[in-house]
This record gives sequence, C-alpha cells and structure tokens, in this order.
Amino acid sequence: MDALARQIANGLAVGTLYGLMALGLVLIYKTADVVNFGHGDMAAFSTFLGYTLLVLWRWPTLPALIVTLLLAAVLGVLVEGLVLRPARARQAPVLALVVVTLGIAQVLNGSIGALWGRQVKSLPPLVVGPPLRLGDVIVTREQLFNLGVGLTLALALFLFFRLSKYGIALRAVAQNPVAARLMGIGVNRMLAMAWGLGAGLGAVAGLLIAPATFLEPDTMNFVLIRAFAAAVLGGFTSLPGAMLGGLLLGVLENLVAGYIATELKAAFAFALIVLVLAVRPAGLLGRVTPRKV
Amino acid sequence: MSARWQAILWGGALVAAVAAAFLLPNYYLYLLGLSGVWAIAALGLNLLTGYAGQISIGHAGFVAIGAYTAALLQGKAGVPFLLALPAAGLVSAGVGVLLGLPALRLSGPYLAIATLGFVVAVEQVFDKWSTLTGGFQGLKVPRPSIGPLVLADDRSLYLLVVVLVGIMTWLARNLIQSPVGRALLALRDSEPAAQAAGVSLTRFKVLAFVLSAFYGGIAGALYGALVGFISPPDFGLTVSIFLVSVMVVGGLASVPGMLVGALLLTLFFQRLSGLRDLRSVLYGLGLILVVILAPGGLGRLPSLCRHLATQVRLSLIRRFSTPCPD
Repeated sequence: MDALARQIANGLAVGTLYGLMALGLVLIYKTADVVNFGHGDMAAFSTFLGYTLLVLWRWPTLPALIVTLLLAAVLGVLVEGLVLRPARARQAPVLALVVVTLGIAQVLNGSIGALWGRQVKSLPPLVVGPPLRLGDVIVTREQLFNLGVGLTLALALFLFFRLSKYGIALRAVAQNPVAARLMGIGVNRMLAMAWGLGAGLGAVAGLLIAPATFLEPDTMNFVLIRAFAAAVLGGFTSLPGAMLGGLLLGVLENLVAGYIATELKAAFAFALIVLVLAVRPAGLLGRVTPRKV
Repeated sequence: MSARWQAILWGGALVAAVAAAFLLPNYYLYLLGLSGVWAIAALGLNLLTGYAGQISIGHAGFVAIGAYTAALLQGKAGVPFLLALPAAGLVSAGVGVLLGLPALRLSGPYLAIATLGFVVAVEQVFDKWSTLTGGFQGLKVPRPSIGPLVLADDRSLYLLVVVLVGIMTWLARNLIQSPVGRALLALRDSEPAAQAAGVSLTRFKVLAFVLSAFYGGIAGALYGALVGFISPPDFGLTVSIFLVSVMVVGGLASVPGMLVGALLLTLFFQRLSGLRDLRSVLYGLGLILVVILAPGGLGRLPSLCRHLATQVRLSLIRRFSTPCPD
C-alpha cells in the first residue's frame, strides 16, 4: 500500500513539472492558435539566463528571478514580432507555422550551445530544507513548492482569462481577429502579450525543472514531449486541464514504470497522446469548437 | 514547361548523375548517395504532406523501421538484399496503416504532435529492445549483394542509390498524375468538397500514410546498405525535422524539389558537421526565412524567375518604347 502511495507521490512531483511546461504551450495555442514546437528551447534559453544571474553573477534570488522572467517575456515578444507576425501577415498555413516554430527551436538551441557551451550544469533548487513526512510518504519541500506554484498559476491564469479585461480581449482575438480589431482591440499587442506570458511560463517551468534534473541545452526538450501529452490529455485549450493532464501523466507514467516496464516512458506518452486524441479529442477539460467549412 | 523539355531535363539529370559516379572522388559519391536516400524519404513525406495535406514530423520513424527490418532480415535471416529492400518498405507500410487509422481523426497541429510522439517512441523502442537491435550500440548492416555481385565500394553503392532514386521518382510522378494523386490533392484542398465528389476520406488518408511509409522504409533499407551501420539516434526527431526541412526548402508538392532540397541540405549538414551550434542557428534562420519569404521553396523558383523576367521585359519595353510623335 505504501509502495503505491509513494509511486503516486513521485508521479505527482514529476507530473507537476510536465504540467508547468504544458501551461505555456496551452496559453500560446489558446490565444495565438500556434502549437509552439520551440517552447522547449525558449524555456531552456530563459533558464540559462536565470543560471547566469543566479549562479555566475551570484545575484540574490528574488531580483534574479524577476529579471529572468522579464527577459523571458521580452524573448517571447521578440519571437512574436520578428517571426510570427510576418508569417501571419502572409497567412501562412499550419505547416508553415509548425516549421517556423521548429526553426525558432533550432536558432535558440544553437545560441545556447554557442553562449553557454554544452557541458552539463546544475542549478540550485529555489527552496531548501529537510524533507517532510506525510504518513509513509516522504516529499521534499521543493516538490511541494513546485506543486503549489503549478496549481496557483493554473488557477490564476484560468481566472485571468475568465474575468479580466485583458483575458477576455485575448480570447476575443483567438476567436476572431478581425471582429476583435473592429471592437477596438489591438490584435498585435494582444498577441505579443500572449507570447510574452507564454515565454514567461516556460521560464518558470525551466527554473523549477532544471534543479530537479540538470541543465544543458536539450534539457527542456526531454520534458516537451511529455508536456505535449499533458496538454493533449487536458484538452489543449484548458489551463487547469494542462496542469491536471501533467499530474495524471506523471502518476500514470510512474505506475507504468513501477509495474510494467521502466524504460518505455516516451512510448507510453505517445500511446497516451494517440489514445486520447482518437477517443476524446477534446481531452478531459477541453471544449470542441466546430470549425466552419 | 512542355513535356518534351521536362523529358530532356530529367534525361540530362540522369546522365549527369551516372557520369558523376566516374568523375567525383569517393567522399562526394558517399554524400550524393546519402542525399539520394533522404530524397527518397522526402518524396514519401511529400506524398503525405505536400499532396494529401497531412503534417508529419515523425517520418524518421518509418525510415528507422525500414532500416532495422532490412538489416535484421539480411544479417540474421540471410535474406538477399533484393528481397529485404521491398520487405522493408512493406513492413514500414504496415506500420503506416497502424498510424494512419488513428490519424484519420486528427488534423493540423494535433497530427504533428501525434507524429512527434511516434518518432520519439520508435527511437526508444529500438533503443531498449537491445536483444534484437543491439540497442544504442547499433547494428552492423551487411553489404548488399545482387546475385553474385557484392556492392562494397562507394561507386557501386552510389549507382545503386541512383537507380532506386530514379525508380522511386518515376513512381511518384506517375502516382501523382493518376486518379489516386488527384484524390489526394482534392482531400488537401477541401475535405468536404472531396467527399462530396466521392473521394473516400478513410481510404485515401490511410493510403497516403501507407505510401509515404513505404517510401520511408525503402529509404531506411538503403541508408543501412550505404552506411553499413545503424543505431537508433540515426533516425531520431532531428532527422524527422530534417525531412520536413527538405520538403519545405525543396517546395511542397514538387517532385524535383525533393531531389534538390535533399542534396542542398545534406551537403549543408555534412560540410558544417564540426560547427554544431553555428549550423543549428543558420539552419533555423534558413527555415524561418524560406517559410516567410519564399513559401513555395525552391520548387517554385522556375516560375518565380519567369515572373521576374516578364516584369523586367515589360519595364524595358515601357522605358524604351518612345511615344509616337504627332
């Protein structure tokens, strides 16, 4: 029994990280209608910036984190303005958008390698302290902190999209850019904001994931495929769904590893993606929007 | 371009490709052979994406399945190359059915995500199934032999690739001009309209997957024969993205574009193989620029040139034709 409880606890800890990564993917898809295959490398780039401030320049934690998140947002805005806006202006088809984000991934991955090298680095955890006992299960403070951050962000963004003026404007842009513009919404500005927010979420994910794993240019890409699975599981348009999908994937993956085969985690993520998309394309919390023909 | 000019150009390309076997040093023959392998895979991907409009960034998975099928058939079961090659294509096509069926319900970005998962999963399965595949240590592939003839040197391997690229290109061109090809195009342009015209969505979408997987499998078998060694990372996500890039640079739905694109990108990757980071940046920038500035890729270059030439001629005529004096 306690073995099972431990498996589930470990699964939740890993799943939090998948969910964090999935949040940014969902946010950008929901607002800009782009599946961002560069999300992993954008997150990694921001995390390396954080590494420079925290470890190389020894800044105190809080200012370093704030500056990192701001820089990440700038990166997102730049990507939107320099790459996606011209593509949008030419009404690029879905394939072109996929290829463009793959291109962004390549550019950033190469830049990380050139600027910071490809040796493995380590980032200290943001929260330290002795681990806690919950019954038979031992969890670290870091894991609890990650879970807290993930759930808070998912909830806060959910409320932001539901209630705030900017959130509603973002949804309007996603639904119909032309109508949104006619209602006086600056479409380009809103999309820049969406990418800034998405990139910031990626940075949060990176800063929390890197201490748990290690830091090298491809770190985040290992997580990205799981984040896609998490996002698909949650419906790809629902922010709480992304977090829920991440947690569920983490637990399922750990159970598969514990009881079936340790080494087929990526194959499992793939099987889950195909299964969810085939059986329930809207995921757990997503909603189906019929497309006009 | 008239049919006669096309025939002359294709004939010229074939003659040049065969002449190269006797003129170029071995290293370049190897690079050209490799380009041919990726051109075959890209021709298949192009049937799926360029013609049928289904995005796949998991195509290296099919290449992997073909490569391992051929290597194992030849190495462990002693099957001759000429049988192992089509077998690789068929096994890969079989997996294409398995992926094509769930793909029926997916479109656009969702299909891209699912196929991304596919290539990662295939790589991991070949990596972990080490009793059969040798895992990450890879697998030696026997040199292909045709009857008593063993193709062991770079020149004969290159000629083998030329023959196969020729056959696969010819097949692709004929397929596109057949009713099947037109059905695929109709599906790409509008699924409801195609269905209304009697094109079966199920049959042709799955068929597109099967055909492109078959091409991938053939390319995989040929890769093993050419390189002599395969390991799971040879067919990872990077290779999938490479194939998509070949297609985008060469021009969607252009058969000669795939050959040119594969040649250019293979040379680019091999020449810059020592400068990984720089190559990555240039590669990414190149992709972004092609998509934004030249969405048709190189396949549209001839028509673009013709358009420009007409514009120049018109402006010259305007400049130099003096108005009639009264």
